[in-house]
Amino acid sequence: MEVMVILVPLALGLGLVGLLGFLWSLKSGQYDDLEGAGWRAIADDEPAREDRAP
Amino acid sequence: MQATRDFSHYVRDLGSGLSHIDLAVEGVSCAGCMSKIERGLSAIPDVTLARVNLTDRRVALEWKRGELDPAGFIDRLAELGYKAYPFERVRAETVEADNSRFLLRCLGIAAFATMNVMMLSIPVWTGSAGDMMPEQRDFFHWLSALIALPAAAYAGQPFFRSAFRALRTGNVNMDVPISIGVTLALVMSVAETLRHAEHTYFDAAIMLLTFLLVGRYLDQSMRLKTRAVAGNLAALKAETATRLTGAGEISEVPVAAIRPGDIVLLRPGERCAVDGTVIEGRSEIDQSLITGETLYAAAEQGTAVYAGSLNVSGTLRVRVSAASEGTLLAEITRLLDNAVQARSRYVRLADRASRLYAPVVHATALLTMLGWVLVGASWHDAIVTGIAVLIITCPCALGLAIPTVQTVASGAMFRAGVLLNSGDAIERLAEVDHVIFDKTGTLTLPELDVVNSGSVPADVLELAGRLALASHHPVAAAVARASNAKSPLAGIVEQPGQGVRGFVDGVEVRLGRPSFCDADGLAMEILSLDPEVSAVAFRRGGMCYVFAVRQRVRPDARAVISALQARGIAVEIVSGDREPAVLAAAGALGIHEWRAGMTPADKIARIEDLKGQGFKVMMVGDGLNDAPALAAAHVAMSPISAAHLSQATADLVFLGKPLAPVIAAIDFSRKALHLMRQNLWLAIGYNLLAVPIAISGVVTPLIAAAAMSGSSLLVMLNALRARRVAQGRP
Repeated sequence: MEVMVILVPLALGLGLVGLLGFLWSLKSGQYDDLEGAGWRAIADDEPAREDRAP
Repeated sequence: MQATRDFSHYVRDLGSGLSHIDLAVEGVSCAGCMSKIERGLSAIPDVTLARVNLTDRRVALEWKRGELDPAGFIDRLAELGYKAYPFERVRAETVEADNSRFLLRCLGIAAFATMNVMMLSIPVWTGSAGDMMPEQRDFFHWLSALIALPAAAYAGQPFFRSAFRALRTGNVNMDVPISIGVTLALVMSVAETLRHAEHTYFDAAIMLLTFLLVGRYLDQSMRLKTRAVAGNLAALKAETATRLTGAGEISEVPVAAIRPGDIVLLRPGERCAVDGTVIEGRSEIDQSLITGETLYAAAEQGTAVYAGSLNVSGTLRVRVSAASEGTLLAEITRLLDNAVQARSRYVRLADRASRLYAPVVHATALLTMLGWVLVGASWHDAIVTGIAVLIITCPCALGLAIPTVQTVASGAMFRAGVLLNSGDAIERLAEVDHVIFDKTGTLTLPELDVVNSGSVPADVLELAGRLALASHHPVAAAVARASNAKSPLAGIVEQPGQGVRGFVDGVEVRLGRPSFCDADGLAMEILSLDPEVSAVAFRRGGMCYVFAVRQRVRPDARAVISALQARGIAVEIVSGDREPAVLAAAGALGIHEWRAGMTPADKIARIEDLKGQGFKVMMVGDGLNDAPALAAAHVAMSPISAAHLSQATADLVFLGKPLAPVIAAIDFSRKALHLMRQNLWLAIGYNLLAVPIAISGVVTPLIAAAAMSGSSLLVMLNALRARRVAQGRP
């Protein structure tokens, strides 16, 4: 049962990474256009050149 | 004289030399459009970002400040085949968008916590029966508490806040039993963990929040979508005005940038966007959007014009007056305020259900607890059982029952060409048993049409159409549309108030008033057959033709009216137009009940009268004069061409020429209400099954979790049926 000392923090840590990833994606506006995002995934090539200014 | 377009009102300065503008774009529907627009706009030098939002049908643009004129983007989009309008997000929409984001964040946190607590709970459920040591079980319970308590504190905020607000005003809503149930479940679980007990309910409490947040999020995204649609509609209406700046220069500016005292230019064919007084010029104006009257009114110096009037013949200069002082508009606004208040008293189905639900559930829990004490159980066991009843009855499925159906139904309506303007419109629309139509612009198409184009030779029609392209007059525009003419004739002179003339192959051609073309006799013949038409004459050398132009009835109006009648819905016309015009339309459409010459106050009185007789009235109208009636009706619908104020007041907006969306909206909403009721019964049925188990005190966390997710899934699957309605059946 000593293995739990590793497994439990590992499991929680992985879950937390997922949660932080979700919060980051939410913050960066990736859920603002759910319909368009679906189409972008299957577009042939990068639809737009985006050289963001600094 | 070409006006410069001034969009500086919409441009936002992002700092570091970048500017930003949002454009609402018409006709974006697929991935192809998306990449076409983004490529086309990114190719412009200095553009740093062009991103299409397909959900909201908008483009966000950023560019390095300098030579680029935002008007150039709109021209570029026009070259690509899209109509675009600068767009300003209204405050209400920003609030909804923030709210939606907050709910999604809550949902993410609750889902994370649910998954991790479940991961800890399942070993406890399976291990408790066998080889799990009590210390291990306690350890898992503490870990669950560590995850569930902060997560519930954060993700429960939407419910706690709303419950608190309701309680403070002395009301009960669905969030009250939810908040009490979740809080008690968590407190009890901590207490049980401290006692090293076998059962805790961290998993059930946090899972409940997750499911409810799914429902909340769906509800919110539907509301956000309707807001976005309303925002785009406002932008697509192109609220611009031509302002005179100093020495004869003109620039096209958004109405928001117009100040009282400014002078705006109103050319023939333009719709006035402001209230004001004519200071120069002479013309006829079409006020049908404001009064419903289809006859043109004369306008000269000193005449008051209102936003929504269409300038027909001459050019006018209008001095903008301060906030609408016009008696008509002020009257309409006052009637509108009263009517809107009346409508806000409608109680939604979900709220009606929760008013019954909360007291019953809390009484059951209390009786269970007391019952167990009476039959000799310890206080501790009795309290645990009472709380188990609260957890199992927590309205998980009830919270999903209505938003899921609404989301699915609003999507189906969207595909049928109906946009929702308010969230609870579906429920109200489903109850409708009496429909009142406005005539002008609602039963008829908003644009004029040539009705006798068949009796004119094709080459004559084409030539007349090419000549008509030179004029902005609405009647000329109708002739141009009827002929499908694309290339205007060269060297055409417009004679204000009379018509246009020019030369083709050395022969004079004229289009305009019958007297302008010496065609009074022919025109009288046509007018005597149908007094409703406007006659426009065309002369080429010695030959003469007269076109009859009038507002045509929507193509499927008759079929829609009889379909409504087949569904047992009474139909009537209430119009501000003159009696003969209304009578003719009523006769053509098979409507027996009609009223003509109605003022806005008369229309409201008629609706109140019907309400008093117990009818649920739907008003379908487009004019400013309909706005108060739209607000007074049980539910209201407007075509996309409607006046601003009317569209903002309507619960639903329909697109396109046909009237069929009206019937589709009624069918979908009836089906949706049916499914909402069914879902509520499913949720109640689940409770009837589960509550006796909870009262008997044998509920384990496993049973609670299984029952909750089972009922939620059932309700969601049932909601998907709202996508379709049976064809041809009420």
